[in-house]
Amino acid sequence: MTLERLLDAACAVRPATGCDDVDGVPARVVARPTSAQETSALLRTCSAQGLAVVVRGHGSKLEWGRPPERVDVVLETGAMAQLVEHSRGDLVATAGAGMPLSRLRHLLSGARHELVVDDLAVGRGTEAAGSTLGGAVATNLSGPRRLRAGPLRDLVIGVRLVLADGTVAKAGGKVVKNVAGYDLGKLVTGSLGTLAVITEVTVRLHPEPPQVRQVLARVPHERLAPVLAHLVASQLAPHTLEVHAEPGGHALVSVGLGGGPGSTQRRADLLALELAAPGLAGDAVAVVDPEHTTPEEVRHVVPDAGRPWSTAQEVALRPTLLAVTARLSGIPELVQVANDHGLTVSGSAGVGVLRATLPEPTPVATVLETVTSVRAVTTGLGGSTVVLDAPPTVKSALDPAGTWGPVPGLELMRRVKAQFDPGRTLAPGRFVGGL
Amino acid sequence: MTQTDAQTGIRALLQDLRGVLPDHVLVTDPAERETYACDGLAAYRVRPALVVLVESADHVAQVVRSCARHHVPFVARGSGTGLSGGALPHADGVLVVTSRLRTLHEVRPQDQRAVVDPGVVNLAVSRAANPQGYYFAPDPSSQQICSVGGNVAENSGGAHCLKYGFTAGHVLSLEVVTPDGEQVTLGTEAPDPPGYDLLGAFVGSEGTLGVATRATLRLTRLPEDVRTCLAGFASTDEAGAATSAIIAAGIVPAAMEIMDALAIEAAEAAVSCGYPEGAGAVLVVELDGPALEVEGELEQVRRICREQRAVEFRTATDAAERAEIWRGRKSAFAAVGRISPDYIVQDGVVPRTALPEVLREMGRISADRGVRVANVFHAGDGNLHPLVLFDADEEGATGRAEEVSGMILDLCIAHGGSITGEHGVGADKARYMPRMFGPADLDTMQLLRCAFDPDGLANPGKIYPTPRMCGERPRVVHAADEPGVDGAEVF
Repeated sequence: MTLERLLDAACAVRPATGCDDVDGVPARVVARPTSAQETSALLRTCSAQGLAVVVRGHGSKLEWGRPPERVDVVLETGAMAQLVEHSRGDLVATAGAGMPLSRLRHLLSGARHELVVDDLAVGRGTEAAGSTLGGAVATNLSGPRRLRAGPLRDLVIGVRLVLADGTVAKAGGKVVKNVAGYDLGKLVTGSLGTLAVITEVTVRLHPEPPQVRQVLARVPHERLAPVLAHLVASQLAPHTLEVHAEPGGHALVSVGLGGGPGSTQRRADLLALELAAPGLAGDAVAVVDPEHTTPEEVRHVVPDAGRPWSTAQEVALRPTLLAVTARLSGIPELVQVANDHGLTVSGSAGVGVLRATLPEPTPVATVLETVTSVRAVTTGLGGSTVVLDAPPTVKSALDPAGTWGPVPGLELMRRVKAQFDPGRTLAPGRFVGGL
Repeated sequence: MTQTDAQTGIRALLQDLRGVLPDHVLVTDPAERETYACDGLAAYRVRPALVVLVESADHVAQVVRSCARHHVPFVARGSGTGLSGGALPHADGVLVVTSRLRTLHEVRPQDQRAVVDPGVVNLAVSRAANPQGYYFAPDPSSQQICSVGGNVAENSGGAHCLKYGFTAGHVLSLEVVTPDGEQVTLGTEAPDPPGYDLLGAFVGSEGTLGVATRATLRLTRLPEDVRTCLAGFASTDEAGAATSAIIAAGIVPAAMEIMDALAIEAAEAAVSCGYPEGAGAVLVVELDGPALEVEGELEQVRRICREQRAVEFRTATDAAERAEIWRGRKSAFAAVGRISPDYIVQDGVVPRTALPEVLREMGRISADRGVRVANVFHAGDGNLHPLVLFDADEEGATGRAEEVSGMILDLCIAHGGSITGEHGVGADKARYMPRMFGPADLDTMQLLRCAFDPDGLANPGKIYPTPRMCGERPRVVHAADEPGVDGAEVF
């Protein structure tokens, strides 16, 4: 019996093509379950047959982590994309894992609600549609606005999961305040599809601020520390605090504010005035209304907050993308070190999580040296360096330890994986420690 | 485990510990052990076989390792203020008391971090950080005495978690002793550590995955301005409608609390807080943030309360007046003792929009059963704290109160809510877990426990009614047999 025939009792299945490769590993079939039950039936057969399954939303971040050891089935979540519920008065929404973030934003905007997560994969993936909700959760996607609302892990209040053996389970619920039982939503957030298939997610929403403003500043490197220290301690409650720095240039700092009409503009003006003080940013400060400023105009001063990290379609030209973190007071040093190594960095200086990219072509040996040196610095600054993505030549030169660096609690993580997915059905080898 | 096995286990464990721990940390005297028989939920009492007043993380590791060696269960306890019996001891086990681990290692405002031992009192963190302009946001009502270790175990909330979230969002890393006695660090000082979010899973696991021995906490910048206001309404219906209207206006207050007539009566009797006379409900709203924003929001709240027919609206003009408004609310639990000899505190949650209906149904149940129920609740997030009043000396009263209490939880579940918003499941509500979660859900949660604690020694009997044995695979699930996964919702 062909694999397709074996699985099509569970759900719709088609043969895989080259476009379905997972980080260079060819897949055999693509399955598209329409429900948790179909997902359960599919996974039960896959487990029983020892088949490897990789979950895919739009595939915009499918290369994150290490290439799986093998891929028999790509499980697409696209047929589980419905909005199950948007409870307006409760500021809560439930949707299928395949729901595109862009569509969710559109559906919620009628009520002036939003899921506060920045899609860093804008323009990537299937039909350049960016991330799905499930994909965002599986990768713990978060951007500048986590300063306001917390990381995605804190916004996920309920999940429906299907384990590799077909067990359908839920955790959490649809109320924001709930401490009944283990928070499995947090456990699967950022697990890159290696513990369970997420089929449905319930999230906490926030009201869209009536007015938003951005304060932009060009800051010489030697003044980045006092500028960030000033902003981190601000009582003007910024929603975002970003830094962007390319080798050889100034650092660009962007502060986002949201709130009442009028008062937000006044706060932005106040902040700009503070930043214009001598010793801070000086006169290179501007206040803009991001909704009425073209991205080009904004980028003229500071690159767009949600700018995707790469537009290169050719696999070989993918830049090396690192997630680098540090304690807040260590961010200026991290920015400096990254720039000195030829890395472009941008991210949330107010939270301590940045992304760094190294352009292609850079010799593999240089990439590896860079990762090692930057990691030594982030470790010293209380953070970490993770290689999220890289060209195949770099990836194949890295082992799990080189990809993830030191992982506190790795032994416990192995035990968790062994409990949830003992047969290593789900994305074997993609996650920390080669799990 | 038979009686003799248990005694042998404790004896062997004591022999182990006598050599390595100082004598004064081992409490063996029965009368002294009896003082630890309950936590904040006094209805359950169990005298632990041994109490260890640990003085270092190493002590914790030694005790836990010894427990693993002799297969003796252990329960960790901080200040013992929990309201769900989470720190209820095990009769054949060790109670590990962390309240002597009180070192506040550092406060680093430039990094918005504090590093503390688990016995440090919640409010002490804010007191240490306040002079530098910061505080620790989770603020359970017991914050003057409850410990950070307990907050971590219970994922504590408090009135202000409406805006600032729960403990889980304020812990960056933990040093923990796992149930096999290993000392492991979960998380890093920066967010997003590599690997599974074991830290997120550990916080709120009620001591069933191990014992935290040090925590790196996130500090929050003190707001520029805080404004507290109080509105009196004829009934909880209007107060609830005002709550919904405030949320619908796009305002996220720092806290939003409602007390009903009976709770007001109790608070007045206890602390004469001067709430509006004859009000059927009071709504307390606290707004904080930049002065420029708070001013506008306060105006909106005032307008909304008027529109919802508030009989009175007052705003605190200084810290003393603010404290005055909060005094009634914060004393409510204790105050109920003035109007009833005994009471049960519940902690159910309902979607905010279901509040009016749930309150009406609760009123019906109360009238029906002749059991008085006072209501104090975090209205902003639908977290109810019904106080079910009874007199234990009256025949059958305890049973009736427990029955009403259970009916209230069923009501919460039926409206898509939860059996606990912040007090934890503990020993008290474990039996309600199967009403909220199906067998497959509970089995899946057990997988996490089995990864951490295959022998089931860490706080056994809490959260889950009948834990599956680790190593035994859960029943094979056939999708076709699953009752309508998308239909009949349990939560």
